[in-house]
This record gives sequence, C-alpha cells and structure tokens, in this order.
Amino acid sequence: MIELYESQRAMRNMRKAAMQRGVVAILDVGTSKIGCLVLRFDGADKLEVEGVGPMAGQAGFRVIGAATTRSRGVRFGEIHAMAETERAIRTAVQAAQKMANIRVDHVIACFSGAEPRSYGVAGQLDLQGNLVSEQDIGRVLSACDIPDFGQGREVLHAHPVNFALDHRTGLGDPRGQVGQQLSVDMHMLTVDEIAIQNLAYCVKRCDLELAGVASSAYVSGLSALVEDELELGAACIDMGGGATSISVFMKKHMIFADTVTMGGDHVTSDISMGLQVPSNAAERIKTLFGGVVATGRDDSEMIEMRSETGDWEHDRRTVSRAELIGIMRPRVEEILEEVRARLDVAGFEHLPSQQIVLTGGGSQIPGLDGLASRILGQQVRLGRPLRVHGLPQAATGPAFSAAVGLCLFAAHPQDEWWDFEIPVDRYPARSLRRAMKWFKDNW
Amino acid sequence: MQPIIRAPRRSAQPGPSARRADPAPSRWSYRRQRLMLTPAFRLFLRAGLPLLVVAALGLGYLAKEERRDGLRLFALDLRDQVINRPEFMVQAMVIEGASESVDADIREIMPVDLPVSSFGLDLPLILQTLRELPAIKEARVFVRNGGILQISIVERTPALVWRTREGLELLDDTGAIVRPAETRAAYPDLPLVAGEGADQAAAEALALLRAAGPLGSRVRGLVRISQRRWDLVLDRGQRIQLPQKQPVQALERVLLMHKAQDLLERDLALVDMRLADRPTIRMSEAAVDEWWRVRNVALGD
Repeated sequence: MIELYESQRAMRNMRKAAMQRGVVAILDVGTSKIGCLVLRFDGADKLEVEGVGPMAGQAGFRVIGAATTRSRGVRFGEIHAMAETERAIRTAVQAAQKMANIRVDHVIACFSGAEPRSYGVAGQLDLQGNLVSEQDIGRVLSACDIPDFGQGREVLHAHPVNFALDHRTGLGDPRGQVGQQLSVDMHMLTVDEIAIQNLAYCVKRCDLELAGVASSAYVSGLSALVEDELELGAACIDMGGGATSISVFMKKHMIFADTVTMGGDHVTSDISMGLQVPSNAAERIKTLFGGVVATGRDDSEMIEMRSETGDWEHDRRTVSRAELIGIMRPRVEEILEEVRARLDVAGFEHLPSQQIVLTGGGSQIPGLDGLASRILGQQVRLGRPLRVHGLPQAATGPAFSAAVGLCLFAAHPQDEWWDFEIPVDRYPARSLRRAMKWFKDNW
Repeated sequence: MQPIIRAPRRSAQPGPSARRADPAPSRWSYRRQRLMLTPAFRLFLRAGLPLLVVAALGLGYLAKEERRDGLRLFALDLRDQVINRPEFMVQAMVIEGASESVDADIREIMPVDLPVSSFGLDLPLILQTLRELPAIKEARVFVRNGGILQISIVERTPALVWRTREGLELLDDTGAIVRPAETRAAYPDLPLVAGEGADQAAAEALALLRAAGPLGSRVRGLVRISQRRWDLVLDRGQRIQLPQKQPVQALERVLLMHKAQDLLERDLALVDMRLADRPTIRMSEAAVDEWWRVRNVALGD
C-alpha cells in the first residue's frame, strides 16, 4: 500500500519544484477538446482591485497562455489512440507556450474517464489521552481499512474528509487536541491504472513532466461551485463531450465522484444519424440551433442541413428546429436520468442542501436547466467556472470549468493522504531489510 | 478506425480525398520551438553563437602560415605608410644657444639621421646623449611645427682653469669640466686652481677668490691640498694656508691683518691659518738672516 503512493508523492514533489520555478502547465484532456493553460505563480497573493471581494483560491497565479485544440484519440474521457492524443497534446502545449512565450516543463493533467469509483473508508486510532500530532494523523490515515479495489486500479484522490475525536465529529483539524480515540473518514477515488499510465506516457512523449493528475469531476466542482455550495453540499455535473462527470461536495471536500460515459458527442451522433448529416455538420447544427424544450414557434423555424454530398436534393434538405429538439431531448434526458441514478446510489438526497450545478460544454444547450430541474430536483443552476486572473475571454465559458478548476487545484491543493508523513513504525522496515540484504550480499 | 500505417504524403493533391491536414506540429518542430523558448539557449543564440562563428572564421583564416605572414606584412606596411607621411617627417635640426664648437659636437654625436619620422625619434635618448656632453649644462629637445627638431641648450661657462698633471681643464662654477684648455694664456681672466680634487670644491674656490679680491693681481691661484683644504698662492712665492673649515673667514682675517699691518707686503713665505686661534707666519730665509743680523747688531756683538 505504501508503494502505491510513492508515485503520487513524487508528483507532489514535482509540483513543488514547478511552483518554485513559477511556471506550470494545465492540461485538460477531454473527449472533444484538449485545453492547455500556462500558469505563472508570482507569489502575489494580493489582488488590490476595487470592487473585488475576498479571493476564494484564484489569487496567487496568473494565466499567461491558453490554447485549445480539437481532441483526437480520446474517447469517453480516456486515451484511446496514443499517437493521436500525443499530437493533440503537443498542439495545445505548443500554442500555449507560444502565447506565454515561455517554456513549460511541468504539466498537471486531468481526465474524466477511466471508471472512477468512490470509496468512503474509515480508520481509528487509540491515542491513550495524548495530544494529536501530525504523526497521529498519518497513522490514523494508514489505519484505514482499505477495500479491495480490484486488479489494475490506482488511487487518484484520497482526501481525509472528516476527523472525529471521541464523541466529537466534524473536526477539520484535530491536531493539538486531546482525546482517547481519533477516527477519520476518508474519501478515495480510484481509476484504471492503464488510463493514468497512458496519460503519463503521452505527456512524457511531449518532453513534459507530469506533476499531478486529477479527476476532472473533482476539479470542475472546485471551479463551478461557489463557496457556500461547497460548504453545504452540492453536486457538480460536468457535461463533457464523451463523459459526464458527477462530483458531490460537502464541507469543502469531495465525498463522491462518478462518471456517466455519455455526453455531448452522443447527442451529436444522434443528430448525425437522425438527420443523416456528417458529424461536423451535426455538431454545427447542435451548437447553433440545439435545444431541449420545444415551443410552438420551433415548428416553423427551418434549419438548412448544408451537407456536402453532391446530391442536391440531399444537401438542400431542411429540418424544423422542433425535429432537432426531438432528436436531442431523449439523449439529454437519458444522460440526466443516468446522473440521477448515480446520485441516488450515492445517497445525494440525504445531504442537507441538494444544489445541483450543471457545467461543461454540454450545459450550454438552451433550456437544459428547465429539463434538468424536472429530472434532478428543483435546485438546479447553470455554473460557469470561477474567474481567474489573465484567462482569455474565450476560455471563460462552462466548457473550461475543468481547466480552471485544475488551476485552482494546482494553486491550492487540498490535503491528501500522501501529504502526511508515513508513520515511523512502518517506514523503515523495508529499507532496513534491504540494507541488511545488501550487507549480506556484499560481505 | 483511423489509419494506423501512415499514408505517404501527397502534398500536391488537394481535393476532397486528400487527408485533412494535421494541425499538430511534428515532434522535431515541437522540440525546436521548446528549445527556442529556453532562455539560456536564446542567450546562446544571441551572443554565444555569433562570437563562436566569428572566432572560428578568424581562426580558420589564420590557420595558414602564409596568410598570417601576409597579414603581418600588410599591418607593417600600413604602419610604415602612416609613419612616413610628410606630416610626420622631421626634416631639419635647429640648435639654439650653442657656440660653434659645441654645435659641431652636437651634430656629430646626434644619434639620429635626418630626415626621420617623428615616431622614430627617441627624444629621451637624444636628451641623454646631449647631457653627456661636458660642455652642455642644460638641454631641451622638442619637435617644432614644420618638422623641425629644435634643441635648446645652455652651455657651461668656464669659471676656473684647473691645472692637473695631464694638462689644463676649464671648470664651470659647479666644478664640471667644460673642455680642456690648450694654454693658460688663452684664458687670462680666469683664475687658476690646482691640486687633486679641486673640481669638487669649485664653489668654495670661487668664494675664496671672490674674498681674495682686494689682493688683486697678486693672486696666482688656489692649490687644493690633500683634497681637503686650500692654499692661496700669491706672487713672490707667498702662500696662505687656509683651514679646512671656514676658509673664507680665515682669509678675511689675513686680509684684515694685511690691511692693518701690510702683512703680505713684508718678506713672508707663509701665513698659516690652519689653527684658527694661532695664526702663524713664516718669514723667508733672507728675512730670517736679516732679522738675526739686526738682532745681533742690537745686542752689540
């Protein structure tokens, strides 16, 4: 179990090194687009501008380069064709570097697929009336009984969500308090090991160092939810191209994450099949005329197909917007119902506040909030990412909430298991044994 | 499924069948751009590479012996051309303040042959050569406008004639030898000194001679004794022995005595002033005889 976190710890160290150099790249590997932002950390936590309230987490860095490219080789949020993805990453990174006019060596990446699974684990530690020290935190975290993830799974996030000391629960920071028994609730998110390895390989092929990996469900929640939603409990639904990721936050911690492997691309392919147009034309029709709530006026609004098969009759077809909506709506409903099912499995209805925030590129469909509130519950709003310093206007839309969240994640990472010291009694056993073996082998 | 085997590139075949251009940079162009964004590499390109290229070109050019020689010859030629321009040539020499014989001497020993470029003139050497001439007290050398080497000198004026075993020398007031003199008669107005080391005490000799002015033409000269003190020699073989210290005062005492008692008019051979508190005189032999005679007469023998 210790070995599992060595790579995460190495990535954390690499991120610290990148912070010291002051430049780090953010890479959002999505199904429909790959976005790259170059951040500069100048250490200036103050942003003295009139009319700007206290900063949540977006101060201290500045976006100096931004680029997006059409994603290739990614399906359902997972890397599908390595060489294609590598080229797409290269395109985005090169354009962002060119805009920033600086070379970046460290990259923090996020992706949505790879079957994320949430585990809530708990651990207990007898303190015998001592002060809780940082060592004890590490020890109670490693005392958690880890469920069997199955073969080929890797822990992507492991956040201590809640500490409890004797009968008092809900402690954010138990250090320095006295008690008999310390217990912790931890949220773990595991993904397919292969997906991370593929991503690391692609990044390495681009001469970059991977300084961190995050789940895009987690980071888009960080950027799209406002502070009281994070605190009271809310779900962020990031409707991407190939996957819709769900994350549930409470007390500023993610307590659940999941992915529905359906997204905007499925809507596009439905349109493409239903109207018999190529997928880029279907994409165009979807973004320009798409919707999910039909009105009477939509029957008379005709949309030209403008396909280019050469058959005049075929190319000059028109379709009413109501028909288009009729194609799109079942698929969007299906996605939202699947989301509903996942939220029900997670027990979302037991949360004190049941705010749902829709973000991601798919959330830009007109009328989606009305449809979503009928399926998901009354408290639905459309979320846009937090505004960060220096972000170009073109990258402030909901499609960039994962990228912006990754910026926040890079600037102000939450504590994870591997940030705490390994307890002393477990630490040296293996290395001592190795030293003994070395001595035996050599003398 | 996308093609896994890359199709051969058909650049000049646009149309619907041509593959859509991949916007991705190639691996090498990506690497090149990253390299160009590296500050150290950019500094190297801006400063280091031109320096290296220039150095390599220069070294490559100079690698051959004949090119090096040619370059050296060219540099020397250029230098000569500049040096030998008429503006820099010194055509004539003017000597100021020298008598004819000294002028001739200077022209004879001058270490440069005119005309010469003013870059080739070694003025300190000329000055040193001039100062080595005994007849020259002071010299100034400079190149005047119009390419004229001007030498201004102050000659030594002879103040004493010094008789040595080798012959006669003329001394100036510092005791430096001006030139040899052929005869004493050629310099009748210069006082005569003799004795070894007289030139080193020339100033004292001149002071003594000035003090001996009232004796007028009776003064024959000064003799240096043992390189230590002076004897003033008068005519009729008279001699005044002066002390080593304060000889002028001693001479003045003698002159006072002379003024009061006509001391030197008498038949004296020697006035010994070497002991200041006991001036002594020696009479001449005839005077002694005469004195004894008169004394005996007085006694009535």
